[in-house]
Amino acid sequence: MTDTDSWQTAEVGGPRRAAVIRKAVAAAAVIRRAERPILILGHRAGERECNGGRMIDCLIGLARASGCTVVASGNASSALRERGYPPHAAMPAVELGSRLTDPAWTGIDGKGAYDLAILAGLPYPMAWTLLSALKHFSPVKTLCLDPGYQPQATWSLPNISLADWAAFMHALNASLASTEGGG
Amino acid sequence: MSSKDINIRIGELETGIGHIRDLQVRIGRVLDEKWAEPAGPTPFPSLTALRNWDRTLLNRYRPFYLPFCDLCCLCTYGKCDLTGSKRGACGISMAAQQSRIVLLAACIGAATHISHARELVAHLIQEFGRERKLDAGSSVEVEAPVIRLVCGIRPRTLADLEPVLDYAEQQVTALLSATHTGQEGDPIDLESKVLHAGMVDQVGMEVADIAQISAYNFPKAEPATALVDLGMAAVDTAKPVILVIGHNVPPAAGILDYLQDRGLAGGVEVTGICCSAIDASRYSPEAKIVGPISWQMRYVRSGIPDVVVVDEQCIRTDILEAAKAHGMPLIATSEKVCLGLPDRTADAADAIVADLTGGRSPGAFILDPEKVGEVAVKTALAVAPARRAARNAPYRVDPREEAGRCGGCGFCQRACPNDLNVPKAMQACAAGDTGMLAALYDACLGCTRCEHACPQGIPVHSCILAAAGESIRNERFSMRTGRGAIGDIEIRQVGGPIVLGEIPGVVAFVGCANYPDGGRELAEMAGEFATRKYIVCTSGCAAMTIGMYRNEEGKTLYETYPGDFQAGGIVNVGSCVSNAHIAGAAIKIASIFARRNLRANYEEIADYVHNRVGAVGIAWGAMSQKAASIAAGFWRLGIPVIVGPHGTKYRRMLLGRADREEDWYVLDARSGEEVYTGPVPEHLFIAAETPEEAMILAAKLCMRPNDTARGRALKLTHYIDLHRRHRGGIPDDLPLFVRTASDIPITMKEELLQVLREKDWKEIRIPDPTLLRRPARGRQD
Ligand code: SF4
Ligand code: SF4
Ligand code: SF4
Repeated sequence: MTDTDSWQTAEVGGPRRAAVIRKAVAAAAVIRRAERPILILGHRAGERECNGGRMIDCLIGLARASGCTVVASGNASSALRERGYPPHAAMPAVELGSRLTDPAWTGIDGKGAYDLAILAGLPYPMAWTLLSALKHFSPVKTLCLDPGYQPQATWSLPNISLADWAAFMHALNASLASTEGGG
Repeated sequence: MSSKDINIRIGELETGIGHIRDLQVRIGRVLDEKWAEPAGPTPFPSLTALRNWDRTLLNRYRPFYLPFCDLCCLCTYGKCDLTGSKRGACGISMAAQQSRIVLLAACIGAATHISHARELVAHLIQEFGRERKLDAGSSVEVEAPVIRLVCGIRPRTLADLEPVLDYAEQQVTALLSATHTGQEGDPIDLESKVLHAGMVDQVGMEVADIAQISAYNFPKAEPATALVDLGMAAVDTAKPVILVIGHNVPPAAGILDYLQDRGLAGGVEVTGICCSAIDASRYSPEAKIVGPISWQMRYVRSGIPDVVVVDEQCIRTDILEAAKAHGMPLIATSEKVCLGLPDRTADAADAIVADLTGGRSPGAFILDPEKVGEVAVKTALAVAPARRAARNAPYRVDPREEAGRCGGCGFCQRACPNDLNVPKAMQACAAGDTGMLAALYDACLGCTRCEHACPQGIPVHSCILAAAGESIRNERFSMRTGRGAIGDIEIRQVGGPIVLGEIPGVVAFVGCANYPDGGRELAEMAGEFATRKYIVCTSGCAAMTIGMYRNEEGKTLYETYPGDFQAGGIVNVGSCVSNAHIAGAAIKIASIFARRNLRANYEEIADYVHNRVGAVGIAWGAMSQKAASIAAGFWRLGIPVIVGPHGTKYRRMLLGRADREEDWYVLDARSGEEVYTGPVPEHLFIAAETPEEAMILAAKLCMRPNDTARGRALKLTHYIDLHRRHRGGIPDDLPLFVRTASDIPITMKEELLQVLREKDWKEIRIPDPTLLRRPARGRQD
């Protein structure tokens, strides 16, 4: 198996597969290009250890650096609050997903539709079905930042170790922060 | 349909062909003339008779599709790529294709229960006669609420169930035909048919359960049924052991009868997995329950059973190979599950036993439950002594040795539905620490996908089992066996508090064992709601799972909470088909407490249940097509269902939109005006990611437009408390659920009023709610 076979063996999406993002600058470019990105954080981000902390610490770094709206699903909200970074909203992932497929939805803040959904920390099958829903029923582009390849996304990381993932996130956050800082 | 039904009775007639006496011709079905309750508008409803009701629900709870993949592979035009707005060669859209698959699943589920019911009724008629009276319990006047509601008849005998099954079979056939290439193409019409399949499924389940309760004398609406042993350690391995797997109890009953009749009771262990186990324990307290569906490989590989008897549904299709590998003869007993075995139904029992024990045949297919009883017992007695050694060497693996061959490729983890980190555990095991491997036991589903993926041929599941030997040896718990229906008196007692919202809700834990992180989560959720004085109902594999954990005092939930249908009760209704009693309880609240007519009056009753009965189902490990149809039956009654994270693989949710005010208007039956009620209940079908999220959702989904202020305050107390505990803070959507200041829980009044003021909250009025344009009662036009 290669690092761009789906992480869970039998998840073979179909003819259109996610473009693989290997370099943090490429992910940063995707996020920078988006006008209204939204980050959907699942509970596994608060549970999986990496780099002496949890995945969620790196993802909070991303939220800060990109300034995107954060929606916590599962009980990720508690993990965010514990770290002093309450989400903009807490709701089940499928509930948010259904709103994203509604062209009339004006977002959590009422300021307009989102054009990029970034996913991390959901159970793999939940992320894959949600990404599939967005692929088929909405114009929203999707970026999966979990360390396992998700063919149903627009862009996905390949299958990488948690150590490599932490390094990737570090570089991504640095890249976004430098852009934000440099205007 | 019923309007065309004709019943002609001719005493005497002279015709061209001769003299005819006492001729009775029955065309279609005849409604019960002795029943004073007037018949409602939809007896034996056709595919579209309730389409308007379905559309009312589906207009509010819109399908959210989560396609499994981009393709349709159903016919030879295909495969068709349905990505985005592309259409298949037959013209179907991606949305309709998803609904079609849901409909297929619901039809499979409904067909399975209905066929089970047919087989059971046919057998029971043969054994006990057509006129055997139905008896759901002396405290049960409304013995078949679902059948009364849907069909408009009151079945009195086993024979009366036959026309009910005729109807259900016709409907499923028609529904299934709608999934053929080039039939139904509108997603919402497909969804309406899904709801129809669910309703018909409930009919089938009710037939099956009231038939077996009546004929086999199962507990009849008894709250305090016996506590039966549960778990592998409950099995006395000094005795010969028979294992029954599946859902259709006659073969297990045949075994228990044979033991009883020959004075062998107590000398042979009759153990079971899945619903046959539950129903065997309803038949005889001698029967022991090993565990839910996912225990099949665990138990067979333990080497404990001497003989395996399978009936139907939820049987591993590789069970024969597994049994063979462990030297256990297998008996298949249903036409639906022959497993390639020779049909020995007509052969003498002793000849079959000789072949099974002499190693000439790994198994036999026997369609006669009595003969199954004799063959299973004789075989178990014959093979048990020689099999003792196998029991002393369970799982037959040395995990350390196996782990030494592990190359760390990770294929096992990638094949694992629960993403269990087997490679890391294998590494630790190779270094001498089996603890990590043992720790996987609870979350392992026993699916063996890891074993098929492993390039080294490591028996991963067996390694986990061997490492977890200690926990398995201590697996001895208890479960209150299935009680059947809810008594009418119980309904009278709690009907008011439920409808007025003073019991915060009824939470039903049902479904299979496809848990994302082990069964403990389910037991914890059930315990949480029982402590909070909800009425907790359960059935099937979920009922077993919640009995498999002990609290700090060493007690299981069944030992801690009573089995009454009352606040704080844990009510095990029975096997999967007993789910009909949970729906039945909701229906009976409308009829017994609120005195609404049940008979063929589906829309009005569903409208009542949806707007007033704060019930919600949690199918945390839902996996099968039967779980899909069971859920669909609840949806048509307007009862929300929550599934675990694997549930998104059912391909679509039915979600409300709390932010769309226009979706949440009802008619006030008193004034006829349209009134905004807030999003209650907010969803009809939703997957939760974690148990904490499921609990928050369940508390929220128990709210109904009809709640009194006191009731709403109580429901909000639980919602806010669970939210605070598991998400942190007061829920953002609080203002949507507070109608007047009296709804605010008194202990949090100041704090919540402050929040509400900040959010520009306004009071709304509490109506007498209905979604039916045609007024249910009392409205002045
Ligand atoms: S049923 Fe329709 S979409 Fe499916 S393969 Fe056939 S033509 Fe294609
Ligand atoms: S048997 Fe257990 S470990 Fe193996 S794939 Fe299934 S759930 Fe995972
Ligand atoms: S698939 Fe087999 S060899 Fe590979 S990591 Fe798992 S147990 Fe080891």
